[in-house]
Amino acid sequence: MKFEHYGIGIAKGLTVTIRHLFRHPVTVQHPEQRLNTSRRIRGNELVWSRDRCTGCATCAKTCPQGVIQIVTSVDLVGNKYEVAKYEVDTGYCISCGLCVESCPYGALFMGYAYERAKYRRNELVQGKEDMMLESGKKQPSGYFYPEIARELPRQTLLVERITEKA
Amino acid sequence: MMLKTEPFVLNIGPVHPSTHGVFRMRATLDGEVIIGLEPVFGYLHRGIEKLAEERTYGGVIPLTDRLDYLASMSNNLAYVLAVEKLAGISVPERAQYLRVIMAELQRIAAFLIAVGAFINDCGAFFTPFLYMFREREKIVDLFEMVSGQRLLYNYMRIGGLSQDVPDEFFPALDRFVRQMPAFIGEYERLLKENEILLARAKGVGILSQEKAVNCSMSGPVLRASGVKWDIRKVDPYLVYDRFEFDVPTGSVGDCYDRYRVRIEEIRQSLRIIKQAMEQIPSGAVKSDVPHLIHPPAGEAYAHIEAPKGELGFYLVSDNSIAPYRCHVRAPSLMNLTTLREMIIGWKIQDAIIIFGSIDITMGEVDR
Ligand code: SF4
Ligand code: SF4
Repeated sequence: MKFEHYGIGIAKGLTVTIRHLFRHPVTVQHPEQRLNTSRRIRGNELVWSRDRCTGCATCAKTCPQGVIQIVTSVDLVGNKYEVAKYEVDTGYCISCGLCVESCPYGALFMGYAYERAKYRRNELVQGKEDMMLESGKKQPSGYFYPEIARELPRQTLLVERITEKA
Repeated sequence: MMLKTEPFVLNIGPVHPSTHGVFRMRATLDGEVIIGLEPVFGYLHRGIEKLAEERTYGGVIPLTDRLDYLASMSNNLAYVLAVEKLAGISVPERAQYLRVIMAELQRIAAFLIAVGAFINDCGAFFTPFLYMFREREKIVDLFEMVSGQRLLYNYMRIGGLSQDVPDEFFPALDRFVRQMPAFIGEYERLLKENEILLARAKGVGILSQEKAVNCSMSGPVLRASGVKWDIRKVDPYLVYDRFEFDVPTGSVGDCYDRYRVRIEEIRQSLRIIKQAMEQIPSGAVKSDVPHLIHPPAGEAYAHIEAPKGELGFYLVSDNSIAPYRCHVRAPSLMNLTTLREMIIGWKIQDAIIIFGSIDITMGEVDR
């Protein structure tokens, strides 16, 4: 290719790059500075409510990965079945959220936390106690539960952090 | 005295930064010129089509996220359209508009990556790429807001969407739509007339109009060769017939045209989003569809204009809860079929650019 004035295009482009030098960085230093995640975040854990769950196992049937295991009592305890075992192998869970959407009693939530790396694979298998909402240790996310979402902090958006005109 | 020479076989990939995934090109070289090329793929094969046969219709949606992972929304959309066609399910108006908005945002996000990666291949090492990623981040933020995840959205459902968008979505989208044209202008200043880019991309890897049509190319690759073909225009799905937008085309069909078409497409997508934001009605976002559906026995094919080209899902039902057969017409794979014709005769450094200009995602090629 032949150019009449070689370098004009490059110089034009460099003005853009130079202008970037005087802008605020858009990145944050992660572990110290944190941005708020979405209120609907599908974090990599599930939160389960002992009081609301009836052991109907709709969630287990809906799960495309088949990672939810439920064992219920044979007889009714009060007016519902007692859930003897509720176990999710989060290592196989793809955090799709379909189980949460399918639960007819509003007993299953996605977790709000997202940093849940474990050292061993068997620690990824979450039982009743690990996931229980009533234990108060788990924060459910607002995925499919708008009333929970309203309470959570507002998501930080890049569109709002960059205000200057390009 | 004549020196005796012989062709040299060079493997590019499968693990090579410019192959955009795990793709291998087995190139036969005469000096620096490529005289033969054999694309080898299959390194990322996960059997998604087969897996779909043993899942319920709703359970396949998260799988489709993993096809073209840079355009999950488009994959979701194509699949649910196919299921809705198969089962004869209608979708509320608001959901259709939201689907259009999501699909167009996804197109912008995917084109940003395509262009950024292409420029990266041309030698502008990572600076423009990261500018692109900054803009894409705004879209990903919006997707995270509505669906809860940043890459594998799993947002569309059979008969609508999983949930309505939150209240803060439209103000943020409005800001994005207002910020984006300034960014495109800036980006054009950065690279449109850059001599190095022009010298490396103009006239390189020409795909003629006949060849593009014969090899059933689609998407920006086809349009760069000068064919005005866009599924949104020729076979409108959702509510695309209510929007005004142009179909940008190239003239020569070289790498530069493909780059230009993608930038133009971003502008058109913004136009569609703006119109959709004005017209969107309120109401429900999901029609009443049970968790397990049993579509009547039969088959259906639905296609959409995905960022890479025509993405189609072909479903066969035998009246059970899972598809009997699911086939994906993946644009990346189809567009890859002309790679050999485009590359042969060019030097090895051009091969990287030509390959980058097709813009493929390996997840979709191997499935
Ligand atoms: S999030 Fe998806 S994969 Fe995980 S347990 Fe629920 S349905 Fe199964
Ligand atoms: S669907 Fe809900 S109520 Fe039924 S077993 Fe699962 S968590 Fe419990």
